[in-house]
Amino acid sequence: MNAEALLLSLRLATTVALLLVALALPLAYTISFFDWRGKFLVESAVALPLVLPPTVLGFYALIAMGPRGPLGKLWQLLFGHPLAFTFAGLVLASLVYSLPFAVQPLVASFEALDRRLLDASAVLGVGRASTFLRVIVPLAWPGVLTALVLSFAHTLGEFGVVLMVGGNLPGITRTVSIDVYDRVQSLDYDGAQRTALLLLLVSFVVLSIVYGVNRRAWSPWPAK
Amino acid sequence: MSSAMLFVKIRKQFPANGLAPFVLDVDAAFPSGFTVLFGPSGAGKSTLLDCIAGLQRPDSGQIRLADETLFDASRGISTPPQHRELAYVFQSLALFPHLSVEQNIRYGITRLAVGEQKKRVETIAAAFRISNLLQRRPAELSGGEKQRVALARALVTRPRVLLLDEPLTGLDASLRRSILDDLRAWNAKNVIPILYVTHNREEVDAIGEHVLTLADGHVQETGIPHSVLEAPRRVQLAHAAGFENVLRAVVVDERPVDGVMRVALENTACQLEIPLGDVQSGSEVQIAIRAGDILLATEAPHFLSARNLIPGTIDSIETRGVLVIVRVKAGPTFTVHVTPGAARSLDLAPGLLVWLVIKTHSCHLVR
Repeated sequence: MNAEALLLSLRLATTVALLLVALALPLAYTISFFDWRGKFLVESAVALPLVLPPTVLGFYALIAMGPRGPLGKLWQLLFGHPLAFTFAGLVLASLVYSLPFAVQPLVASFEALDRRLLDASAVLGVGRASTFLRVIVPLAWPGVLTALVLSFAHTLGEFGVVLMVGGNLPGITRTVSIDVYDRVQSLDYDGAQRTALLLLLVSFVVLSIVYGVNRRAWSPWPAK
Repeated sequence: MSSAMLFVKIRKQFPANGLAPFVLDVDAAFPSGFTVLFGPSGAGKSTLLDCIAGLQRPDSGQIRLADETLFDASRGISTPPQHRELAYVFQSLALFPHLSVEQNIRYGITRLAVGEQKKRVETIAAAFRISNLLQRRPAELSGGEKQRVALARALVTRPRVLLLDEPLTGLDASLRRSILDDLRAWNAKNVIPILYVTHNREEVDAIGEHVLTLADGHVQETGIPHSVLEAPRRVQLAHAAGFENVLRAVVVDERPVDGVMRVALENTACQLEIPLGDVQSGSEVQIAIRAGDILLATEAPHFLSARNLIPGTIDSIETRGVLVIVRVKAGPTFTVHVTPGAARSLDLAPGLLVWLVIKTHSCHLVR
């Protein structure tokens, strides 16, 4: 088993999950509580990673992050080194890849809130940002937890995008899933087996926590 | 605190759902004290409150509180709800389920100094008798307790107008009466307009001041509630309906020719002429009279059509906002409501000799 790969995967998943929830909270808020022209376009864009093959997503990410891509150029300018095939590049691509897994549970939990609570807050003189922190987030915390855990688990299990933008650099971009793929390619079935089993167990435990803590939270399965 | 009149002249159209479009079109002024907005479900009562609170935007018109414009469609003014300084108790109450009673009450005043917050919470909790509930969560409260907490949370902000959307629905009559009494006592010190929405006639009667009837988005009639009242049938209903005087009496005689009968009140010499009822002479009955239906005179009146003139002395006087409650000993004690102006011009004071003037048809027979 490759401990370095597992640690890297956990580090990536944790970073992505935290950043993603911070990004997804305001995004889900605007989707849930405001009606604007073109909202459906944003909703579609957020859901795109659900249907696009990871290789397609990864391909575009690679182009954007390459030395001649806009993100790559910007990164080079700011930090003096390329973005592709780095941990930061991996995080950026994973943010896009796992975005729907953070936004959708948040939207679902926001939309389940009693709107009169928000009206009550407004009439009591409390502004929108404050209402968000004092009423919406505390009441939608199962959704926040679900968003956190699902984006963590989804990032932990990604393969195609990592392969496209990360390559296979030990300790930098070689995650668990790449490690398994690598071992199978070199016919090391025992090694692949151990790593695969570990990822399976970690993922199962994480998901069990989400569903156990909140049975009514957003689930990838249709509502009963 | 000076009281301010609320002026509302708004129009809002809602898209048709297969039928004719719903139009809310209201032009009304709300003085301090209670105004009951009465009407069936779907008449636009809650929408009107939402527009006043700034939660919905009318298509046209104005909303003014004294000289301050809260909304003016033609000038593009619409003060956001956060800055209107009104209070609104929803039908669902909308208590924050994750906060304790105390945190709920504090919610709208957290910008104040902590000491001031504490003081206000204590005062309002005492006024609405919920001091012992401060550490509980809304889920651990009874229906009546929740309603008291919602009122306290709204009023602790010292609003300029209070909007109540069926806040006492589902409570039994005596609990409702007790909450209303606390609210009236609060209103006596904080003279602001209170708009009380209900579709329940009993509640209209229980509040018993101004009524504005709304149907299909339009104001149908304004007035005082007893004009739409039927005579009460049972004592409990009479109390619930806000008949402040419910007196025991014995039927003395009947005069079918005049359509009246005479009753003696509570084994005293005091007699009343009341409309003829389906009862025998000598049977015990109860008579319900609205405090607002009794006139007071400081000299014995002559040449009146009212058939009941009863001398008595003033026992106590209590001022509650725009309402003065006078208790008069005349055999039984009568409760009489007069306006502050009337109380002043008549120089009403305890011990003063007065005459109660009661029309025959203001006396309702209760079985």
